[in-house]
Amino acid sequence: MITLAHFLTLGAVLFCIAVAGIFINRKNVIVLLMCLELLLLAVNTNFVAFSRYLGDPAGQVFVFFILTVAAAEAAIGLAILVVLFRNRSTIDVTSIDTLKG
Amino acid sequence: MTFELICFWVFASVAALAALTVISVKNPVVAALSLVLTFFSMACVWLLAQAEFLAVALVLVYVGAVMVLFLFVVMMLDVDFSVVREGFVRFLPVGVLVAAVMLTEMLMMIGVRSLKTPVTEDPAVLAGMSNMEWLGQTLFRDFLLPFEIAALILTVGLIAAVTLTLRKRTGTKVQRPGLQVMVKREDRLRVIKMDAVGKGEVGP
Repeated sequence: MITLAHFLTLGAVLFCIAVAGIFINRKNVIVLLMCLELLLLAVNTNFVAFSRYLGDPAGQVFVFFILTVAAAEAAIGLAILVVLFRNRSTIDVTSIDTLKG
Repeated sequence: MTFELICFWVFASVAALAALTVISVKNPVVAALSLVLTFFSMACVWLLAQAEFLAVALVLVYVGAVMVLFLFVVMMLDVDFSVVREGFVRFLPVGVLVAAVMLTEMLMMIGVRSLKTPVTEDPAVLAGMSNMEWLGQTLFRDFLLPFEIAALILTVGLIAAVTLTLRKRTGTKVQRPGLQVMVKREDRLRVIKMDAVGKGEVGP
């Protein structure tokens, strides 16, 4: 029998993996964006689980909106990445320091 | 152990392993494909939670659109990935430490009480509808304005992505229809008055 804790634990595990990914891949913007998507997925899992166990459809509606915003965010983020690579020929985060005083 | 629980463990472990591959693998194409596997397994887990519409939406939106976009960008950019992988080993202990501490804290917060949360009947079935109907009634009754705003956000995102990546090439010849329409007779045609020269002779 699947309980609420199963879903919450899975969400927590995915969230921590994504946070570790942000730490160890801090130079590669593409993998950073993928880790962001993983973070959102983990949070969405919690929303779905609570919506199911509390019997409230608002949680699943919220996941719907998060998916919408995440899709727009990914599109704009990748567009910025393409422009960045076209101008600087690198996606290394540490070498993007033009605005540094 | 019921069949449902076995399915949950299989999907959950596949999702976690694929997520580990995403953050640790060297080739970003492999990372993107592993992320597809993670999303797919999580969609199956959501199916086990009776969230059918969202599971299908996750596969359609993420696997079908966002990850294809990621793959396009990864393959379009000619990046030297050995450079961007520097510092991987240096930050590995910090990352693992932070993740482990966070996981412990989260598991303590989830606690043992929720292990005994009784599984109720699927609320959608209790209300006598399918999951999609249950969700749609809430979405279009209580959340209609946010729904419209979400559509606006998607439109703005679309326009922003196109405007950002639009490239103006220099040195190409293009037509400007606006200027072509606005042209007047005086710009193109000049009537010159000339004196008639002798009969049969050709003028200069």
